Amino acid sequence: MVKDYFRLAYRGARQRKLRSWLTMIGIFVGIAAVVALISLSQGMQTAIAEQFVSLGSDKLVIQSAETGFGPPGTDVSNPLTSKDKNIIEKTNGVDTVVGRLIRSAKIEFNDEVKYDYIISMPNDGTSSEWDLAIEANDYEIEFGRMLKRTDKYKVIVGYNYYDNYFNKPVNVRDKITIFDNKFEVVGILKKSGNPIKDGSIILSESIFREIMDLNDEYDMVAVKVLVEGDLNLVAERIKKELRQQRNVDEGKEDFSVETPGQILETLNTILLIVQGVLIGIAGISLVVGGIGIMNTMYTAVTERTREIGIMKATGAQNNQILLLFLIESGFLGFFGGVIGVSLGFGISKLVEVIAFQVYGSYLIQANFNISLLLGTLLFAFLVGAASGVFPARQAAKLRPVDALRK
Amino acid sequence: MKPLIELKDVWKTYYLGENVLNVLKGINVTIEKGEFVVIIGPSGSGKSTLMNQVGVLDIPTKGTIFLDGIDISTLKESELAQLRGKKIGFVFQQFNLIPTLTALENVILPSIFQNTPEVKRVARAKSLLTKVGLGDRMDHKPTELSGGQQQRVAIARALINDPEIILADEPTGNLDSKAGEQVMDMLAQLHTDEKKTIILVTHDTNLVDYSEKTIHIKDGVIESISGGKLAHKNNRR
Repeated sequence: MVKDYFRLAYRGARQRKLRSWLTMIGIFVGIAAVVALISLSQGMQTAIAEQFVSLGSDKLVIQSAETGFGPPGTDVSNPLTSKDKNIIEKTNGVDTVVGRLIRSAKIEFNDEVKYDYIISMPNDGTSSEWDLAIEANDYEIEFGRMLKRTDKYKVIVGYNYYDNYFNKPVNVRDKITIFDNKFEVVGILKKSGNPIKDGSIILSESIFREIMDLNDEYDMVAVKVLVEGDLNLVAERIKKELRQQRNVDEGKEDFSVETPGQILETLNTILLIVQGVLIGIAGISLVVGGIGIMNTMYTAVTERTREIGIMKATGAQNNQILLLFLIESGFLGFFGGVIGVSLGFGISKLVEVIAFQVYGSYLIQANFNISLLLGTLLFAFLVGAASGVFPARQAAKLRPVDALRK
Repeated sequence: MKPLIELKDVWKTYYLGENVLNVLKGINVTIEKGEFVVIIGPSGSGKSTLMNQVGVLDIPTKGTIFLDGIDISTLKESELAQLRGKKIGFVFQQFNLIPTLTALENVILPSIFQNTPEVKRVARAKSLLTKVGLGDRMDHKPTELSGGQQQRVAIARALINDPEIILADEPTGNLDSKAGEQVMDMLAQLHTDEKKTIILVTHDTNLVDYSEKTIHIKDGVIESISGGKLAHKNNRR
């Protein structure tokens, strides 16, 4: 029954091929934009959330202020020291504190030289400090084993070293040279998508200080608080303590205390706004597309007045004619939607691939969401059908005798 | 027995700005079940308007039409459509086939609106097309058929819902004499074999030969009603 209407509607749309295509272009441009934008921004949200989730909502990061720009450890006039770390440890509400060093280093392997980050693991501290460092960075081993506190000239390396960093992949048990000191690779980290993490080398702090000739400074201090909800409160306390210790006024701090949750929230809000604006623009183009469908359907009604008359003369009721034209315009919307969805996913996939080529990271990821797909198709059909309401009503209301006279 | 169709003082008036145009002026006529009626008159006489009233394609300005004893003015739009679909089969001068559909699909169309099951209606449409001699043309579009063939498709379409009444408005008007004769023979056969009520509207006096009852209409009024084939043969001008 309804199948017959679909068949008739399809015939109607196919009869005016060019016009139907043009009408569908009007719809699918909008749909493609919506799908591409939503899937990309959803992917981006996921990627950003993934970067932060390892830090968790119970951790703070304290850095010397000057490290905000440029690589960590450079141009620091007043670095964080073990004294600062002790102060933080004593602050009320703090559970564990771990100091980290992050420096750019000369790395040699197989007669190739590169410069990239090396990161320290706190082997002189407590085991909970060690665990916090692993937890906060979400270190997971792909091959070999995790670094141990007793390891001396041993390292674990980011996934890129195994992948394509040097001409020859770095494997477990290979020797790698950092500032002319030979290290044995004991483990390779899982791929994270974060280019900094995937390109870094992790070694124990005591050896780090030895080869870099460092005293008691830290590039970054990570803090785990006792109670998750106290994060902001503890952050304020630490700020206060550090201001006293480093003798700076409020508002002129030469250090920063960041809560990852805040950063994530801000980023998500920005993304949401961007998403909203983009969807708004795409929505406008959909409205325009809908008007295109309406126009096409009005023309169709005028052109096919005689056909409508014939159908009425042969027993078609008003609501049957109405349904027929609604299905036809819904059809235009739906097929516009199908093309738009495929095109939209195609575009977002393309952006993902290009972004990966350019940035070497999975930060921009297309998110293929089945409910997005189905929702969009339904929406496209509804836009089409809604645009057809007025023309279809006009068609349905025609008096058979008048319609036949055309 | 109640007449199949009864028109009582039917008026049709068109208001064109200031002008009032009475196309039908108090038509009274009855048509019995199984009759072959020819409505004849010159162009502008109101015969097509009369046919539109009888075929419930239009509503009279004044007066009553009973179809099978039912006053059609009491029916809703959807009921009128159902009535047209079930009881009346139309054959038009312009054939009025839908150009995007094949002959078979054109024949099936009215049964779609009656929710006839697909298998049943396809079978019936095929047998009707075969009956009108178009068994080998079912998948052709109207543009690929001659005028006579198109009109035969239209006759098959008129029969798909097995109506009691066939309303034919100048069915031979666009056909050459041979094709016209074929169409008229088909209508005559429907009348004799299947006892269909045939109402034929024409200005062609030759077609009066086929009728049992001839209604002469002029300037919106019935001039005369004459019955019987032979009587009309004598009346031919």
